[in-house]
Amino acid sequence: MNRRLSSFFVYALLTLGALAMVFPFVWMFLTSLKSFQELFELRWLPREPTLENYREVLFGTQFPRWFLNSLVVASLTTVSVLFFDSLVGYTLAKLRFPGRNLIFVLILATLMVPTEMLVIPWYVMSVDYGWVNTFWGILFPGLISAFGVFLMRQFFESLPTDLLDAGRIDGLSEFGVFWRVAFPLVRPALAALGIFTFLGNWNAFLWPLIIIQTPDMRTLPVGVALFSGEAGTAWHLIMAASSLAVIPVLVVFFVFQRQIIEGVVLTGVKG
Amino acid sequence: MKRSRLSLATREALWAYVFLLLPLAFFLFIRIWPAFQALWLSLYDWNADPSKRVFVGLEHYAQMAQDPLVARSLRNTLLYTLIGVPAQLVLGLGIALLLNAVTRERLRDLFRAIYFAPYVTPAVAVAWVFSWMLSANFGVVNELLRAAGLPAQDFLRNPSLALPTVAGVVVWQNLGFQVVLFLAGLQNIPRDYYEAARIDGADGRQLFRHITLPLLNPVMVFSAVIGTIGFLQLFTQVVNLSFTDQGGPLHSTLTVALYIYQVAFGRFDLGYAAAITVLLFVIILSITLIQLRLLSRRVEY
Repeated sequence: MNRRLSSFFVYALLTLGALAMVFPFVWMFLTSLKSFQELFELRWLPREPTLENYREVLFGTQFPRWFLNSLVVASLTTVSVLFFDSLVGYTLAKLRFPGRNLIFVLILATLMVPTEMLVIPWYVMSVDYGWVNTFWGILFPGLISAFGVFLMRQFFESLPTDLLDAGRIDGLSEFGVFWRVAFPLVRPALAALGIFTFLGNWNAFLWPLIIIQTPDMRTLPVGVALFSGEAGTAWHLIMAASSLAVIPVLVVFFVFQRQIIEGVVLTGVKG
Repeated sequence: MKRSRLSLATREALWAYVFLLLPLAFFLFIRIWPAFQALWLSLYDWNADPSKRVFVGLEHYAQMAQDPLVARSLRNTLLYTLIGVPAQLVLGLGIALLLNAVTRERLRDLFRAIYFAPYVTPAVAVAWVFSWMLSANFGVVNELLRAAGLPAQDFLRNPSLALPTVAGVVVWQNLGFQVVLFLAGLQNIPRDYYEAARIDGADGRQLFRHITLPLLNPVMVFSAVIGTIGFLQLFTQVVNLSFTDQGGPLHSTLTVALYIYQVAFGRFDLGYAAAITVLLFVIILSITLIQLRLLSRRVEY
């Protein structure tokens, strides 16, 4: 085939696919600007665009609170995962001690257990300890990730041990060697793991749905789901709520898209 | 001399245990112990008061064999996996091949970002957007169908259409992840291989069959395994795509994960639900092991 023609087909197909990716977001946003009456008129663009739906979602529900809850949960979880996963990964990669392999295998084995199997015992545990409907209850299962431990161990293994020994000679404690020497050197891995963890928790649904009982404790996905369930056919409001949940993520994504995607590749290839 | 070296080693081991203390406690109490607890709970009839929990042995497992909804949800879950995973793989690979043919790097990055965007957005919101777009009377998809002279469909409320529709939405959202992985895999294949083969007179199809596909095998295994595990645990999209009739219509979209949720937190039959989770665990574990066995053939050049 002619080179020009084949490259035309490549672009045509890619553009078609890209439209299929973009269209749902465009349609969501356009609907969110319509009034209830306009929903059922067969028009693409809103006749009289309005921000009324956003006002109603933002002030008529506890949406800002849900947003904040998700931010708190996802941020705290991410900080915890980054710290503990790299500490454990570092220890397993760079320190020698009896039982090292056993501990590594034990942590890896937890990856085989599906979340569904754990949520019931977690729930029973939360009832017993009074963790139901608390921030701690929402985030405790995610504080350390076995996948992250595996990933960080891979990265720490490629660090030259001489560097760590130099830190020891300079009089750093073992924790100092980890925190001041090793930790800053695996920044790309940390960024990748951090993005993954944040997104995973920002979008998490099953466990928060179980453990949250009152509207003020809802995370964003739980809030959007239950609000939309109650809204019935008020699609203009549902689309405004969805836009509020989706657009900030898209904005952050497109600003950092290169780093985020490289991070995905990094975790995918190493993991 | 020997003594100080020994103490150095001991010191290192002690530090290691200090570092691992909290994380190990986490894994033992939050990850490992609850897995066994699920096993143990599955042998009891649940009651909030521990003294009223009745030991029923393997009764829940016998009940499961008789429960039409367990059978239905299992069948649906396998169907989702059989539709979704191959669709994701083929489409992901196809788009990655197209992207790999784009020579302008900026444009390629832009396309890649557009395809990847749905993957980062909340599945809950995505499901609601699709449930609006696919609604029977005023959904935009049906408007497009009508404009094209095709009959409108009630995608989410027609029992024979609902499951493939849900699978399609999930594929739409996961596709970008596959594309990114495959594209990275393609770009890792050394150019020399293709050039050497071309000099030997290989045509495009042969290059694809004998170089591209075998060298992409590790990526394909990874993406198939991850994809399968994801589809076997499908929950969020199913719940939100038909929120007022979750798992419906007529249980046609019910998944094992959703049924577990309904039994555990709708009926509060936690013991029985735990038994179903054990079954899910066994299924996921065996399918993953079989896949790793079958799919990973080592290729060396």
